[in-house]
This record gives sequence, structure tokens and C-alpha cells, in this order.
Amino acid sequence: MSTPTEVYRDAQLAVGRSLEQIKRSRNLGIVYLILAAITAWRLTSHAGTATFNLSGGHSFGVAATPLAWVVAGSLAVMGGVQLARGLGKWQTAALAAVAVVFIFTLLAWAAAPNSFAFVGMLSQGVTYSAPLIFGAMAGIMCERSGVVNIAIEGLLLSGAFTSALVGSVVNFWVGVGAAMVVAALFAWFLAWLAIRFKVDQVIVGFFINFFVLGLTSFLGNRILAVDEAYNQVRTLVPWKIPGLHSIPVIGPILFEQTIFVYIAFALVAFLAWAFAKTRWGLRTRAIGEHPRAADTLGVNVNQLRYRNVIAAGAVAGFGGSWWTANVGRFNENITNGRGFIALAVVIVGRWSPAGALAGALVFGFFDAMEAKLSFLNTGIPGEFVQMLPYLATIIVVAGFVGRSRAPRAAGQAYDSQ
Amino acid sequence: MELELRGITKRFPGVVANDNVNLTVRGGEVLALLGENGAGKSTLMNILYGLYRADEGEILIDGETVHFASPRDAIKAGIGMVHQHFMLVPNFSVADNVILGVEPTISLGRINRRSARKRVAQLSRDFGLDLDPDALTETLAVGIQQRIEIVKVLFRDAKVVVFDEPTAVLTPQEIEDFFRIVETLTAAGRGVVFITHKLKEAGRIADRIVVLRRGKTVGEADPKTATPAQLAEMMVGRPVELVVSKTEAEGSTTMLKVSNLAVTDPDGRLLVNHVNLEVRAGEIVGIAGVQGNGQSELVETLVGLRRPIDGTVTLDGADITHLTPRDRHRCGVAHIPEDRQRDGLVSSFSITENLALTGYYEAPLSKGVNMNWEGARTEAERLVRDFDIRTPSTETTTGKLSGGNQQKVIVAREISRPLKLAIASQPTRGVDVGSIEYIHQRLVELRDKGVAVLVVSTELDEIMALSDRILVMFDGDIIADLQRSETSHNDVGLYMAGAKGEHIS
Ligand SMILES: Nc1ncnc2c1ncn2[C@@H]1O[C@H](COP(=O)(O)OP(=O)(O)OP(=O)(O)O)[C@@H](O)[C@H]1O
Ligand SMILES: [Mg+2]
Repeated sequence: MSTPTEVYRDAQLAVGRSLEQIKRSRNLGIVYLILAAITAWRLTSHAGTATFNLSGGHSFGVAATPLAWVVAGSLAVMGGVQLARGLGKWQTAALAAVAVVFIFTLLAWAAAPNSFAFVGMLSQGVTYSAPLIFGAMAGIMCERSGVVNIAIEGLLLSGAFTSALVGSVVNFWVGVGAAMVVAALFAWFLAWLAIRFKVDQVIVGFFINFFVLGLTSFLGNRILAVDEAYNQVRTLVPWKIPGLHSIPVIGPILFEQTIFVYIAFALVAFLAWAFAKTRWGLRTRAIGEHPRAADTLGVNVNQLRYRNVIAAGAVAGFGGSWWTANVGRFNENITNGRGFIALAVVIVGRWSPAGALAGALVFGFFDAMEAKLSFLNTGIPGEFVQMLPYLATIIVVAGFVGRSRAPRAAGQAYDSQ
Repeated sequence: MELELRGITKRFPGVVANDNVNLTVRGGEVLALLGENGAGKSTLMNILYGLYRADEGEILIDGETVHFASPRDAIKAGIGMVHQHFMLVPNFSVADNVILGVEPTISLGRINRRSARKRVAQLSRDFGLDLDPDALTETLAVGIQQRIEIVKVLFRDAKVVVFDEPTAVLTPQEIEDFFRIVETLTAAGRGVVFITHKLKEAGRIADRIVVLRRGKTVGEADPKTATPAQLAEMMVGRPVELVVSKTEAEGSTTMLKVSNLAVTDPDGRLLVNHVNLEVRAGEIVGIAGVQGNGQSELVETLVGLRRPIDGTVTLDGADITHLTPRDRHRCGVAHIPEDRQRDGLVSSFSITENLALTGYYEAPLSKGVNMNWEGARTEAERLVRDFDIRTPSTETTTGKLSGGNQQKVIVAREISRPLKLAIASQPTRGVDVGSIEYIHQRLVELRDKGVAVLVVSTELDEIMALSDRILVMFDGDIIADLQRSETSHNDVGLYMAGAKGEHIS
């Protein structure tokens, strides 16, 4: 009886609900105790000092084993308190503190007795978050207007391919422009089928993902592989923002990035502002919540949906060129599921640009940490390390973002008759 | 401004909703539009408002033909509409709902919220509406939400305002306020179209009355002379009993017993304050009260949708306080919910599917794990006939039915099975006189078959017509327990206003 889009929406709602339960329940106490046990049992095993390298030759050292014991003890106490009587209004703050402290201990253990580039890792995390931010913003633009777009992955991939090809043949920025156009075309196709013909939105999105994956792989083999000149772009160098980049720690993390990161942040700020303050934002929210009400007030629901979905396509296309800018070439399936992560980030960020930004940063951080941990060769099974970003995104952000739900009309075609 | 609809015809798959309808609305007058459920009133108004396009016919403003491709054109031409089901975005502020579509902006498409809020506040003051522009819409009572709709229309400076069943969800006091607003509008030279099923209201406020039946205009009536009985006959095409005849109740054993029941909201405020009540088999007990005095919460608790913090509910001697809604259903409890759109129907489901919702898991609607759609359809066809649900077929989705017909689907589903207790909240909200007669008769029949019937209504007429015994709820308490035969309209009205009575349960 239910269409794929309805199933997808139910799943979204279920995620929202279970997130809420994680947040509320006293089960947190149990989680803290488990973390305490893990810390005491595993993270006390590396003796020596872990050196965290900051920027400009600065660094600090931590004695890994004593740190682990102290942390294990504190976690146990907190877990006990949480179980016994809850932490009330401090619960969220406590969760934040636990997360940060535990991760820090984990890193110290992994690094000891050597040193590693701590600030470098954080900066890498911000870099990794950029494509997720673009994907998530595209997703939010669509869902807020009432169109479910699971084709973000395909849109990113089409952008990555196009920017690599056109970027190699012409130049990088023309490539980016072409990527935006191509992804916008795919988005238009989604809008056209979903709005004009009321085809189930999840099915169309699914189709686009597979189509783009197949097409870019095929064309990659047929065109890009023929001549290296078709798949070779100069990677973008970070652009240090004068003044700001010399702030200790923060500077190298936030202000020594490529232009993609700055544009991603600006886009988040712009969308947050536009949703709240502009006519476009008001109307977009209205057609995503109650399209009929908007229609009765003279808002052209389907036209606005077309525009927003196409604009979202352009945003995703821009996001797709991040890979070209960072890697300098296109590889088969280079986006590797990041578009789906972006969708998760939309849900976890509760359809708000700021929330999604937080989700993307957390995911980016764990992505960078995963890379670091694999490199440090800690003995944790590789599969588990790879799971880390996904697991962490859900758990951490769930604890901090307030109550919210999907736009009510998301996934439903609108027809005025 | 004079507005004329000429020869309007509109067909939907399987029905002719409007059949060559002519209608004129003049500035400064109130035109009441009456008609059965599904007669085509809302359709006609949606055409006037540019939401639907007529298959034939034309719209004239001051003698000139106009074309409305969308509501935007109609709004520009000075037409405003308050829809039967409110058109408000629930998570918007009052002001945002009002300005949507005609947002005052400063540079860069930024909304000028300050000026918007000021104008909303100003309009609400001018018309005595008492609206807070910053309030969140979904937290407001329906009566207040309607005021938002009115301000929306005023904000666009409409010359002709259509109200589609505005009073269906209002309390008597709110209805008075509403009439005052209508008078202000006509005094300012605006024309008003007023759709209602309450014939007394039409007589009271209208300057002219037009009656539609099955898509056609069947005639005009003069509100000064026409009686409700005459109007009802025009609408339905046969004489209608406006008050069902019934014998004295033969209440016997206690069927429903509620003791010391208390319900709170999540913040711990008492909504139902340690209530005791009894309904005997073969008795109709009416709960009167102004909306929002705990009736909804009481009913939700009785049917298992809410958990009480204290007290017990017994049905025929068995404790059902902690049963699930389904288990209560199986014990023979029927529930007609007050908000049909939200709690009564799955609007994207067909009539057959909706009718199968209560019994889908057992024979004859299912065989093992399979649905028996054939049986469900036969059953649905029978109910559609019995309850006179106006629809092209049993496979029509309920979202496409007219409001009153949606209500009949719910009533049909709930009361056409073996019952011990029937709980009906606002059972005839938005239903036409013919169907009110029918639903009331059915409830009385249930009573006569020995079912305990609990009717909750904010409609005093309905309470007086149906009940054998009347309880009045005020502020979460039952403050009066009256025999129908020993009380008057006036009395109950005073109790409802809280002017009389004490905590008696
Ligand atoms: N969108 C639609 N699609 C198909 N049929 C429709 C649609 N809207 C209305 N109808 C049908 O047109 C007829 C007239 O419906 P309408 O809503 O105008 O009735 P109404 O007079 O407003 O009734 P009520 O008093 O119950 O609100 C009904 O038979 C209804 O089922
Ligand atoms: Mg109607």
C-alpha cells in the first residue's frame, strides 16, 4: 500500500524518534559505564607520552596511561550518577564533555609513545566536511520545498565527473560551471518526473543514482582513460585568509582551507538567513509544510519546487567538483556514498542548515580521525575504524540538536484540483 | 462590487459537482449558501477563488468577464476565502501565515516583519480579533485559527469574502463574535458569502439565501420568512425531522463507570480533574461544555489514546483502564473522534479501506494473513448505501469526499458492529440536516438496542436533542448532572459558561 517515498519518510521519522530516545533516556548512564570499561581495559595499554602537534612547531604531550586511568574513573562516576538520578539539565553538556574527553583519550592512546599532527587532523576534518555540506544543503533545499531528493549522491558524482573532464580540457572554473549545469539538469529531470508526472520521488532518485554511476563509469573508461590529458586538473591550493589564519590553533583549522570550504560555510549562513528572513524562505517553507495553503494564497507551488530543486542541483554539482579540486582527477565512483551521508546529515541536522553543518563537521572530523587511526596502526580492526564516522555522526549530533521533524509535505506531489 | 457566476458547470470523475449554477453576490450583503453534503458548495466557491477551473460558464465582476487561472488572480480581483479546512501552515507564526503570498519586503527580498506585525496587530484591533502576531499557529485553538484566516482576507483587502462553513468548529460565543465581524465587513460595503449547515444561523445573518442540491440551484429563500423546516426541505427534497423523536430511556445496568479519573498534560497541569461518571446501558448521556474544558482529553482517555494518572474505567464490570485502543474496540467500544481529518480517516485511502480499518484483522475482512478485499468491498457498498454516503464509488479516496460525507464514513465504520459503548465526539460537525437526522436516529437506535451512548458536543442543540441525561464540563470538572426532562437550554448554557455549579463528581 505505501509507496517507496512513504516508506522512506517513515524511516526518516523513525530515525528522528530513536534519536530522541537516545537523548532522553538514562541508558546514557550505561553507555558511560561501558566507555569507562573500554578505557580502563584497552586504552591503558600504551605507555609513554603522546605528543599532539599543533601549528607552527608548537606541541603538547600527555602521558597516555595515567590519562586513561583518570578518564576511566571519571566516566565511571558519571555513569553512576546518571544511572542513579540523571543529570537533569546538565545531561547534554555532560554528553558533550564525555564525547570530547573519550576521543581525546583514544587519540592519546593511539599515538603514544609517538607524536601526530593533531591540528592537521582537525583541519583535514573541516576539508572533508565541505562536500557533505554542499550535499546536505542541496537536500535541505529540496526537502524544505516538499521534494524528497535521494539523488544527491548521483548529483555529486555527475558534478565530480563533469568538472574533471571539462576542467582538464578547458580550465578548472569552467569545469565547475559545467558541473553545476549538468547536475542541475539531472535535478531538473527529477523535478520534471516528480512534479509533472507525479512519479514516486524515491524511485526517480534511486534511478538517477544508478544511472549516473553507470554513465560516469562508462564514460570514464571510454574517455578519461584514453588520454591522461582528459583527467588531470591542478588541485586547488589552500587560501590563507590574511590575519585570521595566524590565530593559534583555530587559524590553521578554519582559515587555511580551499575556497570550497569558505563557500560551503557562506552557503550555510546564507541559507539559514534566507529561510528565516526572506520571501523566498517563507514561501519555500510553506510549500514544504502545507502546499495547499500556499496555493490558496497565490503561491505557485510547482514552479517554486522546480526552481528550488534545480538550484539544489547546481549546489550539488558545485559540491561534486570538490573531489576534482582535492584529488585532481576523477575515479570511478569517487563520491563513494558521500551523497547518502549528506542525506543522513540532513536528517540528523533536522532539516536546518546550521544543524546539518554541525552534522557534516562531526562526520568530517571522524572521517579524518579514521584516516589517522588507520595510519597509526593501532590494532583496532580496520572495519571498526571505518564504521566510526557513521556511528559517531548519529550518536553525537543526536545528543545536541533539538526536537524537529521532516517537512510535512515532503515526498508528496501537489495537484491543485 | 457585484460578482456574478453564470452557468457554471464542473465535473469530477463520476460526479457533476456543479451543474449550470447561477449566482450573484453584491457588495454590502450577506448571501447564505445552503445545501446538502456534496451538493457542490465548496466546489463552486473554489471555482470562484481560482483553485478549480470550471468546465463551462463564466465569472463576471461588475458586468465584465474575468478569468482566474489561479487564486493569485482571484485575490487580485478582490476575492477572499476562508476555507472549510483551514489553510494555515502549522509551524508558522500568525503574522507569517497572514503575509504568505503578499509579503511586504525591503531590499534583497527580505521580509519586513516589523511592518507585517504592525499591520496584523492593527487589523486585529480594528476588528476586535485579539490576535498575537507572534503566536505559533499550531498552538492556537480553532476559534483563534479562524481569526487568522479572517485577518488573511482583510490583509489582502478583499471586496467579496467567502466563508466556507466557518461556524462548524466555533463555540456559541465565538459564533456571536464571528457574526459581529461579518456585520463590520458588510457595513464597510464588502460582500459576504456564508456557507453553513445550521439553518438558524442562515436565517439570522443572511440577506438572501440560495439553496443548492446535487450541483444545481434549486431556489432562493427569504431569510425573514423562511423557517428552518422549509429550508431543510428545500435542501434535502423531502421533509426533515429536525429533532429526532425518541421514547423515554430505559436505562438499566451500568455499562460505563468512570471513577476518580485524572489526566494531566506533559507539564503536569490537570486537564481532567478527578472525574466520576456513569453511563447505563440503553441511555444517551451528553457531555456539554465549551471547547477546551477537558472533554477531548476525557474521551481520549476513555478510548485508550491517553493514559490517566489516576482513576479507573470499567466497562460492563470489567476494568479496561489499561487496555490498548484495539482491545477496547474488541470489547465493543466505538469512537467517533472529534477531528475527522486527523484521527478519523486516512485520507489517501479509499472508502473501502477506511471502512476496513477497525476490523481488518479478523473475519470477514481478512482470511488468515490475507485481506478479503472482495468481502470488504461488499460490506463497504452496503454501508455506503445505508448511510447515504455521496460518492462515485467505494474506491474513491476519502480525501476527495465532501466534508460531511467524510464524517458519514467514520460514523458508518464505528457504529455498524456489535457494541456496548459508543463514544461520539462532535458526531455531526459539518454534516447537513438530512444526515444529522440520520446520524441522530442511528444513535437513538443504538440506545434502544441497549448500547450505552456518550455524546460529547459543543453544540447545545445537539446535546438537548439527543441526551437523556446531561453532564456539563467546565475547567476539567463535571459541574452539573442534569436530567434532560428537568432542564432547559438556558440552564445548560449557564453551566457551560461556568456561571453556575460546583464540583459535583
Ligand atoms: N477534488 C475532487 N475530486 C473528485 N471529486 C470531488 C473533488 N472535490 C469534490 N468532489 C466531489 O464533488 C461533489 C461536491 O463536493 P463539495 O465539496 O463541493 O460539496 P459541499 O457542498 O461543499 O459539501 P459539504 O457540505 O459536505 O462540505 C462531491 O460529490 C465530491 O465528492
Ligand atoms: Mg464543503
